Amino acid sequence: MITPEILSFERNQPWREELRKSIKQADRTKIEKHKMPEQNAVVRSGNIEEVNTGFTPEMAVEEARRCLDCVNPTCIGGCPVNINIPKFVKKIELGDFAGAAQVLKETNTLPAVCGRVCPQEVQCESQCFYTLRLNKPAVGIGNLERFAADFERNSGLISVPEIEEKNGIKTAIIGSGPAGLAAAADLAKMGYDVTVFEALHEIGGVLKYGIPEFRLPNEIVDVEIETLKKLGVKFESNFLVGRTATIDQLRSMGYMSFFVGCGAGLPNFMNIPGENFVGIFSSNEYLTRINLMGASRDGYDTPVLSGKNVAVIGGGNTAMDSVRTAKRLGAERAMIIYRRSMDEMPARKEEVKHALEEGIEFMCLHNPLEYRADAQGRVLQVLVQKMDLGEPDASGRRKPVPIAGSEFLIDVDTVIVSIGVSPNPLLPRTLPDLKTTRWGTLVVNEDSLQTSISDLFAGGDIVRGGATVILAMGDGRKAAQAMHEYMKKNVSVK
Amino acid sequence: MFKILSKEFLSESVFRMDIEAPLIAKARKAGHFIILRVDERGERIPLTISGGDPEKGSITIIVQKIGLSTLKLAQLNAGDFIHDVVGPLGNATHIGITGTILCAGGGVGVAPLLPIAQALKQAGNRVVSVLAARNKDLIILEKEMRETSDEVIIMTDDGSYGEKGLVTHGMETFIQKEKINEAVVIGPAIMMKFASQLTRKYNIPTMASLNSIMVDGTGMCGACRVTVGGSTKFVCVDGPEFDAHQVDFDELLLRLGAYRDLERKAMLQGPFTYIKQGL
Repeated sequence: MITPEILSFERNQPWREELRKSIKQADRTKIEKHKMPEQNAVVRSGNIEEVNTGFTPEMAVEEARRCLDCVNPTCIGGCPVNINIPKFVKKIELGDFAGAAQVLKETNTLPAVCGRVCPQEVQCESQCFYTLRLNKPAVGIGNLERFAADFERNSGLISVPEIEEKNGIKTAIIGSGPAGLAAAADLAKMGYDVTVFEALHEIGGVLKYGIPEFRLPNEIVDVEIETLKKLGVKFESNFLVGRTATIDQLRSMGYMSFFVGCGAGLPNFMNIPGENFVGIFSSNEYLTRINLMGASRDGYDTPVLSGKNVAVIGGGNTAMDSVRTAKRLGAERAMIIYRRSMDEMPARKEEVKHALEEGIEFMCLHNPLEYRADAQGRVLQVLVQKMDLGEPDASGRRKPVPIAGSEFLIDVDTVIVSIGVSPNPLLPRTLPDLKTTRWGTLVVNEDSLQTSISDLFAGGDIVRGGATVILAMGDGRKAAQAMHEYMKKNVSVK
Repeated sequence: MFKILSKEFLSESVFRMDIEAPLIAKARKAGHFIILRVDERGERIPLTISGGDPEKGSITIIVQKIGLSTLKLAQLNAGDFIHDVVGPLGNATHIGITGTILCAGGGVGVAPLLPIAQALKQAGNRVVSVLAARNKDLIILEKEMRETSDEVIIMTDDGSYGEKGLVTHGMETFIQKEKINEAVVIGPAIMMKFASQLTRKYNIPTMASLNSIMVDGTGMCGACRVTVGGSTKFVCVDGPEFDAHQVDFDELLLRLGAYRDLERKAMLQGPFTYIKQGL
């Protein structure tokens, strides 16, 4: 972990001191924040290319100059994996982009992913000196992270982190999403013999099946997975732990500890009349058909029903991903139906902004009551009710209250229900000793992420019940450290 | 990649394949299914495991050429490879001793029925079976079902083999002849609907194994959801077997038809030119 002593030692390096002196602090604060360049909204809603196109080197250096290289870099405290932010930003200012990428990789396995999908505005950037003290927009830390990671990838000179001597101890990671990949990377760096087991045919979990190409191209995830392979991590796809082989069988094959990062699998539905009509999907199904199975691409066999009038129920990032995907697949009317107001919406501001620009309709303070269908069962209409905001509820958000008599029908041919997920019971069911909460998430020790079974650790959505990529990665790293301690104590190292 | 060890046509449209999958062969039980993907651009389709050999490390599937993916699968031969196979999925059949059990299989539904009938027989039940299909050519696994059943009635819609009539006719023959303690019905959704209507009339507890559309098969997508006893269940994690008298078969039929038009278009145009976004 990064300590104040290390930070101050780093900050006192001659190159940092020189860089600080090269421009006056007051002049740094006068530099305008660079906006992320993006594809034109009309053009992009007709393609699946990335919306954000990334900083040019000039923009990145300029943006990095805004960073004041604070004595007390509060931004780091806002990062779930404690990236040494000023160090990598100052490397960019220096023009050493590959060096910046190396700094990122010391603590973050997937910088190109995090630079794209982290909610920096509520993490590092919310703790930036500009935000806290100057009442100015924060340094674009996320955009700079993405820049450095992309530069490294495009240069073809991808650095592979140093690995400690192999100790031959086998350890298993269950699930190849962000939590699992982060745990795998750290354990491999410590010298362990790591195998990642994945139930689907592709590695990457939610990064592949969930987040669309226009926000996170699969190619970027693949490059990060290649780096893990170079670290010696093995991947077993088409392998459902608990079924294809049990934890006990894996133990007898020599695996000494396990990390469960299998995500929160089961999509929630509202359980309202007509919800099983044809053309009504969970966001998981809709996005998986398109992102993982290639349903919108020529030559792929998987079909999807995606029509002209598409309603997405919910206000989170997955809802935004779904509605913007529907638009790209040809929807004339793509709308969000959300029971609270714009202010309560859990999606990232950037995603909402992009959606608005792309012509997505927001029907806030509306709630679906039931669906109607044609004789073939294809959904035709949704009956919605208008809502009002009442007193704050347990989540601290104002509770939506139905307005009596306000019901009306909306024509739809496709509906995507995106109201969250519940933990997947498959693995817990095969382990009677594994303690779960009443919501079905796994009970873990907060510091070590150890479950009620001593060689089993867990993190990400199977513990949190629905969170972010970076929090899952933070869990993976924390668990890797705890698994290392556990194995030091319980396994005789060769 | 999973190697095809052998392949044999049981009829013009139904074929059996032994696939090398040692871990699945070891773990599988009656009632389990797999998801496979024929090639790297294929869809994920669920298929019940109808047998296996843990020693040889192989599993057996019996498939009817019915859509794009099963047609593609039918083109592969022994020595070829299937891109992805994952399993065993779903819950294994609960096998108890209850007395006389009526096993009714429609068409290719006899394939998933066989391992269940075998397990029920082995547990000590009396097993009486009805095998039904449109015509003689579509009656499969007759020899195996006869080996595991105490009595068998064959029904064909056109009377080309066995008795002429629907599956329910054969079932009723058994029901009127002897006390049936439980029934298992597996086949096309429409067959299961009418078979379970019949057993409801006679108050015979009945289990059906549902064949809904799936994507991941592990609970993640909800494509396979079905209404059972008034609440939504996922066939992949809650099933595939349910109390047939509680299943909303009409809804299942509608959901099974979701991609029929798209599939028909794709079949007309050949396997690689799917129309993607029509309504």
